[in-house]
Amino acid sequence: MSYKVTEEGNISTVFLNGEIDMDVTEKAKEVILPIVESGKEVHLNLKDVSYMDSSGISVLIESHQKALEKNTKVVVKEVSKSVLKVIMMAKLEQILNLE
Amino acid sequence: MNLSESKDFAVSTASLKDVRVFCREIFEKINLPQEQKDELVLAIAEAAQNIVKHGYKGVEETNDRMEIKISLKDKDLEIGFFDKGKAVVPENVKHRKLDDIKPGGLGTFFIKQIMDNAVFKKDQDGWVNHLILTKKI
Repeated sequence: MSYKVTEEGNISTVFLNGEIDMDVTEKAKEVILPIVESGKEVHLNLKDVSYMDSSGISVLIESHQKALEKNTKVVVKEVSKSVLKVIMMAKLEQILNLE
Repeated sequence: MNLSESKDFAVSTASLKDVRVFCREIFEKINLPQEQKDELVLAIAEAAQNIVKHGYKGVEETNDRMEIKISLKDKDLEIGFFDKGKAVVPENVKHRKLDDIKPGGLGTFFIKQIMDNAVFKKDQDGWVNHLILTKKI
């Protein structure tokens, strides 16, 4: 997994790339959670994420819940078809902010 | 089409990618919709992850290997997982309730959603756990 972060005003966009599994979830959390903790709105762009398992879904849930605690939000954007299927299997499409 | 292939992997999160590569290479030989292949890869990777995450919970490093065997006979797909981790108590293998939104506890749910059946067998030779996932494809 690789990533890129861009900033625009109070919005940080995290572009994740590759496959998100248990081996890389700590790395993903290390990138995303400190930005959420800072109170910024985070956009997670998943267009280049080709695979996500339950560990990756956990990162999305944890980020979303942390954002609620900090009165901000995490928006999950440009989800690839294969990842959307996993999100829907977990019945999270109404819980996460998908765009 | 009939086939039977197995491969062993280091018990490590770093092996999960290798597990997926192994599965994808096998499923390339089977005429299935890509969506179904992706689901099967997810189920297998989740089961392998459960071995690393739960079977070896608290174990920093191990030289143990786990083995995955994929067999197809006619339309019956069977995937066997062999490991030497902590003995699984099948009754304790549960996923979280979906409406209890929190990180974790979804891997087993995905496996149950995707596969027709998941059973732990006692017939393993030299292994501690033998999980068998089956699906009619």
